[in-house]
Amino acid sequence: MSGLEKRAEKARDKRAALGTDIDLESYESEAKSHGEMDSLEGLPSEVEQAALAAGVSLGGETSGDYLQMDQSPVLQSAAMEGIELLDIASALEKHSYLKDYYWKLVPIDMDKFTADVGLHPPAGYFIRAKPNTTTVFPLKACLYMGGGGSRQRVHNVVIAEENSSLHIITGCTTPAHAGRGLHLGVSEVYVKRGAHVSFTMVHNWGEEVEVRPRGASYVEAGGSISENYITLSPVKSLQAFPTATLAGEGAKASFNTIMYSSRGKIDIGNQTLLEAPKASAESISRVVSTGGEIINRGRMVGKVPDIKAHLECVGLILTDKGRIYSIPELDGWCGGLDMSHEAAVGKISQEELEYLMARGLPVDEATRVIVRGFLDVEIKGLPPALKEEMQKITKLEEIHGGS
Amino acid sequence: MEVIWLLEIDGLWVSIGGKRVLKDVNLKVGQGETHALFGPNGCGKTTLLNTIAGIPRYVVEDGQIRFKGQDITEMPMNERAQLGLGIAFQHPPTIRGLKVRDLIKLCNPKADAAWILNELDFAEFADREVNKGFSGGEVKRSEMVQLMAQGPDFVMLDEPDSGVDLENIKVIGKAINMLTQKDQRPSTRTKSGIIITHFGHILDYISTDKAHVMIEGTVVCSGGPMEILEQIKANGYEGCVECLCPA
Repeated sequence: MSGLEKRAEKARDKRAALGTDIDLESYESEAKSHGEMDSLEGLPSEVEQAALAAGVSLGGETSGDYLQMDQSPVLQSAAMEGIELLDIASALEKHSYLKDYYWKLVPIDMDKFTADVGLHPPAGYFIRAKPNTTTVFPLKACLYMGGGGSRQRVHNVVIAEENSSLHIITGCTTPAHAGRGLHLGVSEVYVKRGAHVSFTMVHNWGEEVEVRPRGASYVEAGGSISENYITLSPVKSLQAFPTATLAGEGAKASFNTIMYSSRGKIDIGNQTLLEAPKASAESISRVVSTGGEIINRGRMVGKVPDIKAHLECVGLILTDKGRIYSIPELDGWCGGLDMSHEAAVGKISQEELEYLMARGLPVDEATRVIVRGFLDVEIKGLPPALKEEMQKITKLEEIHGGS
Repeated sequence: MEVIWLLEIDGLWVSIGGKRVLKDVNLKVGQGETHALFGPNGCGKTTLLNTIAGIPRYVVEDGQIRFKGQDITEMPMNERAQLGLGIAFQHPPTIRGLKVRDLIKLCNPKADAAWILNELDFAEFADREVNKGFSGGEVKRSEMVQLMAQGPDFVMLDEPDSGVDLENIKVIGKAINMLTQKDQRPSTRTKSGIIITHFGHILDYISTDKAHVMIEGTVVCSGGPMEILEQIKANGYEGCVECLCPA
């Protein structure tokens, strides 16, 4: 048994630090397997629809596509010189160097969820941009879970080599009537010197799905990462708290979280460790509850002087049933830091509602307009194509007012 | 020719948060007429306009507001807007994430946005968020843009000239004349308005038919706009009080 396996074995029952506990055994370990596809032509319409609902239109203008159905990688194709896209199992066989990246940012024994991923055959994507490669179109990945009461385990590794630029959008999704399911996703993202990565995750889960992503990124000198997380559909429970480590001088991180919840329990946030001079980080979250419970965390840790960090956690509660618990944390370890935060939880401004109603809008429509505007965060560093996709998602008609 | 009253206010008493602000206001505006409303700070001018617009925290304790012959005292504000009432606020809020261009379409899906934006020299703001980081003059022009899109039969303008430089006043004056059809012959005018102005600057750029002075929550005097403005300029509002209560 390897060292990794031993650690995972020990953590098999280790409860996660945050979020409600889950009995792993209540979900089937083995999901239905799916055969590989040569092209997108045979894509079942149910999968295509589910992908679209998570902002992923496979094919078209793309730098590469990856589709995983339950536990089976069914399609992977890089569409650009300098970009490598493989399923993680094949990548581990092909590249011996990958063992220096695999489980190096996310500890395999973090909790029972990482252990469960580590103790089973790996599935997920490996994406690498060679030095000085710049993607024009985003790489698109779809992690599709058919439901049926089983677990989906994903382990992704992303490496942006020096001075490369990589845009990835991952849609995690279930078909319209999915039933129960548990999604466990590990993502490790390496941003080398001067590289830039935008890593956007859109979740579109069913109401009976539980979700425990575990993510971490590591940014070297002059590199930057923009991590965006969007979920607008109800989920049974979700807990995620990814970490970005800014290890090199001038490294940058920006987190954007956009969340709309009508039911279920969500515990979401992120932390950035600023460990090198001139590092800067910004985390902006906009959450809306129409009945769900959302814990909205943000944490910045300043380890050295001359860093800059800003947190913004803003929440709107549209009904009497919802709850938003906003927890911004700033942790400074020396002098010469510039760290700040802004947090607010409240209802829609009456003045804004009246302003739109004075223009003839009924109260429901005025509420919708304000909520959409609130969720329409300007995400910096995204290519235009991806920005457009994001705007479409936050403008979906399903966004309802509180009435 | 008989005047057709577009707006009629009878014995209006209004309170905000339990405090009585308007006391027995009586006012009528005929079709095709534009009236100016003067008065010292805190006399109730803004309260009167906001009450007519239907903002719920302005509680009507007594009296009636009729628009186009219909009692609108209890009507929700969006229905008043659809019936043809339009208001330009003095200090409108910022609407995050909503572009000026999109608000124009919400005001009226059929509005010719490009033409309106051009008329008000506001095209460069079309993709900006409504009122976000706007200067005083830009806020006023943004309000005019929205009213032009709405095309109301009765416009209420709360200090369209405050905090506005000369260039902006000209543009705003042009918009007000269009909204109140002062660019048309008197006999063809059907639209009306009320304009609150503190210093009367805007009156150099628009034409008004009548003026009213409000003091301590009620209309105390009505007459020709220029005559009243000259009196106020010469003697201040103290002069109005003296005129009403000669020693």
